[in-house]
Amino acid sequence: MEMKNAVAGTLESGDIMIQISSGEGLEIDLQSSVAAQFGSQIKAVITETLKGLGIENAAVKAVDKGALDCTIRARVTAAAVRATGKDVWK
Amino acid sequence: MRNTKVVTLEEAIRRSGLKDGMTISFHHHFRGGDKVVNLVVDKLAEMGFKGLHLAASSLSDVHAPLIGHIRNGVITKISTSGLRGELANEISHALMEEPVVFRSHGGRGSAIASGELHIDVAFLGASSCDALGNASGCPRSENAKSICGSLGYALPDAQYADHVVVVTDDLVAYPNVPKSISACQVESVVVVDSVGDSSKISSGAIRDSKNPRDILLAKQAAKVIINSGYFTDGFSIQTGTGGASLAAVKYIRESMIEKGIKASFALGGITAHMVKLHEEGLIGRLVDVQSFDKVAAESIASDQLHQEVSAIEYASADHEGSAVHALDIVILSALEVDVDFNVNVLVGSDGIIRGAIGGHPDTAEDSALSIIVCPLLRGRIPCVVPKVTTLITPGAGVDVVVTEYGIAVNPRRPEIAERLKEAGLPVTDIRDLAAKATSIIGVPDALPFGDKVVGIVMDRHGKVLDKIRNIED
Repeated sequence: MEMKNAVAGTLESGDIMIQISSGEGLEIDLQSSVAAQFGSQIKAVITETLKGLGIENAAVKAVDKGALDCTIRARVTAAAVRATGKDVWK
Repeated sequence: MRNTKVVTLEEAIRRSGLKDGMTISFHHHFRGGDKVVNLVVDKLAEMGFKGLHLAASSLSDVHAPLIGHIRNGVITKISTSGLRGELANEISHALMEEPVVFRSHGGRGSAIASGELHIDVAFLGASSCDALGNASGCPRSENAKSICGSLGYALPDAQYADHVVVVTDDLVAYPNVPKSISACQVESVVVVDSVGDSSKISSGAIRDSKNPRDILLAKQAAKVIINSGYFTDGFSIQTGTGGASLAAVKYIRESMIEKGIKASFALGGITAHMVKLHEEGLIGRLVDVQSFDKVAAESIASDQLHQEVSAIEYASADHEGSAVHALDIVILSALEVDVDFNVNVLVGSDGIIRGAIGGHPDTAEDSALSIIVCPLLRGRIPCVVPKVTTLITPGAGVDVVVTEYGIAVNPRRPEIAERLKEAGLPVTDIRDLAAKATSIIGVPDALPFGDKVVGIVMDRHGKVLDKIRNIED
């Protein structure tokens, strides 16, 4: 799948900023204010959301400010749609 | 005047007889604007002192330069109520050999009075002072620069330290009265350019929280108070400075006017909100250990019914006359509350020290009704948890926990639970609140604590309550 560089989300408290670009396999670079306690859960939600959209190869940079799972899914989905041009909401 | 105690800082230190390994003390009334700690410790380092014990009533972000003085061995031990910012972060990462000793404000007062915390030399910042050492946190001339109001946390130091140095930026004519610190307790007076940055000591205006969750929490907290059975004419109250706590005062005020109820006194850190109620005739007296803003500092300078108390008079467990024993209602905040109603206000959920004990355990234990107000979650961080990261206020002193998802009442207080239920408030089991938090955020991984003890939490009776371990990245 062809990927453009795309971003979704903000650096506000309670949000997560997701940047997606093309990559080999799923590489997730996570910076999080709650990394010690929730880093593995956040990475799992990102991975699960991308795979659910059929994306197996991408480089993801995530800067998290304590977002809940629903927010993470929404931001990852929005970034993926922008990166692939494939609308999943229709 | 033939006699004067005014000398340079270096001379004051020399005269004090300070030696390596001794204990020096400071107060934190200038809060984030404090310049005294850094100024004095820089001078002590320059003069070659080593191995000092720094006993402050609290420390904050502005004290990050102490990191250098810990690394070079000038400071080897710290006692305080709180730590914040980079200093707290470094200490959590095992900067110091000796653990920091944390005490509540009342606990520090008791420890100083009993001699458990012996102070060799106190360096006490003052907004005004005369040449013999009568000192005050109030302005006494048009040259006044750094106003802090009450000097309550400095008074035990002034009374019990072997040697007292007042540091001021406004030397005024004798006699500087009314005084907080008596000239009879003071050995030297040092005049400096500035003891504190006024803009960081306090903000001038009342800021009401616009955060809808804070407003909801405040309304619920006010309803708890009004229906608790303690909201009767002549009640007394203390509130914190958090957004929800301050907003609660607004709703309590409305109810006081409506029902014709007046409070006898407000205690603790006094804010502009409390001054307003006092000036409206709704609160008889203000009992002030720390003036939290400019309005409070101006009020204590001019209003006879707004009185300063020392940390001992405020909250000592050893002194039956301390004000907390007369306190009916206290509203407090929390970083974490657990299912046994234990509270943590010192160590963040990431294991890093980021707060202060303050008067939390003192007021919770001795008041008739203690109410903790906190959101269920802050971002992804849960505030109602199975077990607190660090124990600061034991659940035995905590009565009610107010969250936006429901109100939990300690099973020790079934009569309060009944009154709140009768008023139609959403009383719930605290374990259900913890479960609700987990259902939203999942189960957090264990924190990467190391084996080194970086902090010891003393309870207000002088016993070790908990230990804080270092965090590993």
